[in-house]
Amino acid sequence: MSTTIVADPLPGTARDAAPIVPAIVVHGVSHAYGARKALADVSLIVPAARFTALLGLNGAGKTTLFSLITRLYDTRQGSIDVLGHRVSREPSEALRLLGVVFQARTLDLDISVMDNLLFHAALHGIGSREARRRANAVLQEIDLADRARDQVRKLSGGQMRRVEIARALLHQPRVLVLDEPTVGLDVASKSAIVRQVRALVRERAVSVLWATHLLDEVSPGDAVVVLHHGRVLASGDVGDVVTAAGATDMRSAFIALTGGVPEVPE
Amino acid sequence: MSVTAITGLRRGFTFGQYLICLRGITWREALRFLHQRERFVSALVRPLVWLFIFAAGFRQILGVSIIPPYETYVLYDDYVTPGLMAMIQLFNGMQSSLSMVYDREMGNMRMLLVSPFPRWFLLTGKLLASTAVSISQVYAYLFIAWLWGVEAPAWGYVAVLPALALTGMMLGALGMLLSSVIRQLENFAGVMNFVIFPMFFASSALYPLWLVQQSSPVVYTVCRLNPFTYAVEMIRFALYARIDWISLGVVVTMTILFTAGAIIAYDPARGLIARRGGAAG
Repeated sequence: MSTTIVADPLPGTARDAAPIVPAIVVHGVSHAYGARKALADVSLIVPAARFTALLGLNGAGKTTLFSLITRLYDTRQGSIDVLGHRVSREPSEALRLLGVVFQARTLDLDISVMDNLLFHAALHGIGSREARRRANAVLQEIDLADRARDQVRKLSGGQMRRVEIARALLHQPRVLVLDEPTVGLDVASKSAIVRQVRALVRERAVSVLWATHLLDEVSPGDAVVVLHHGRVLASGDVGDVVTAAGATDMRSAFIALTGGVPEVPE
Repeated sequence: MSVTAITGLRRGFTFGQYLICLRGITWREALRFLHQRERFVSALVRPLVWLFIFAAGFRQILGVSIIPPYETYVLYDDYVTPGLMAMIQLFNGMQSSLSMVYDREMGNMRMLLVSPFPRWFLLTGKLLASTAVSISQVYAYLFIAWLWGVEAPAWGYVAVLPALALTGMMLGALGMLLSSVIRQLENFAGVMNFVIFPMFFASSALYPLWLVQQSSPVVYTVCRLNPFTYAVEMIRFALYARIDWISLGVVVTMTILFTAGAIIAYDPARGLIARRGGAAG
């Protein structure tokens, strides 16, 4: 059924620009919930300053992988490094370099947008004056400065997502990981968020790991990792993965690899 | 694979940054509390109903003889007040546990757990914040009780503060430990039935233990084994500016045990959370 393509250890620009430290290195990671295996010997590299799409159908293991990268769960088998810091050994250093947007909404709906941002800043040890300055700056960037005092529950789904991305950037991380950030959003909100995150890669050299099951969110210049039933089936530049799968585009490559049909937005 | 780590990153946090983090956690807890006014009202109504109605009824039928820390006969209202103070903290501890389960289901808890500060510090910070909220509730209750005529020695109102801090920590830590083993919000009703009510009723909160011993030695033994009894007694003595050393010892020990249990339960390496599984994706 599925062909495993040998992963290119340092795809694209990261390979050319070696010895740049990869943003995330996952090596031989397995994870199970009781008897149910969620990840099996997963290895992948997220190159620095690039947009990497983690592509997989629902149940592929993307959320589990995110939980391990962010140390919600401990890595029992294998290792994960964030910019050279082993998550299990140096969690504090690794987590300081990470900005995280989870699939589920993680904003406190009962307090204001600004208070949510200030709370996050405090969780990173940023003093209130500096936190307020940064919060105002990121709210300007996402065009929500006028909603700073509003209760979060009064925002739309797309606005909440943008606040979550802004919050993830507040402590100026080098790596941003986003777990299906566009799920449940309308087309306009989706494209605004994708545009915003791609601008971060281009303009600030932030490394991005973007989990999705939507193929239209993957661009030809991206690095891509195909995860299926807890295993990495392919990784590398989009062009390389398509060629290696003997396909003509990413969609047919994905189908050839997984046997599944990815969602196509209306 | 061997790679060079990003350098120039300062290791650890300064003491000031720890304080910033603690202040942030406390501030958020206070904001949430202020936004849930009904929580504040219900936290006060519950003990006041006991004081205004239950105590009024029992005043005539239940005599409280001279037992430490009292140096004279006291009205039942006076006797029951420390128990009701502890009850406020017990409910607050469970409410805090409920909010942790809710936060976990809603995803808010994740942001706390992915902070780069040590997890023991984050959980202890949350515990301290919840305790601070419970202390403010207790003082609001004491003020209304004072208007009702329940008075403690003036110095007792200050002396009881460290006792409340400790008992609040113990009950909050118990709530946190319970939150780690509760799978879903719906299961919380079980906590009410199997934790809050037995702890409250099988203690010295409502009746002196000598009275319980006369009625049922078995229940008396249960009361003696109940850590909540010691929380009540510690508050009772502290309200009269005295220390009950046994209660202090039990409360400190149980606080350490419950807190350690909660930290282990939320530890990504050893805890229960990772074994249960998360959302598919």
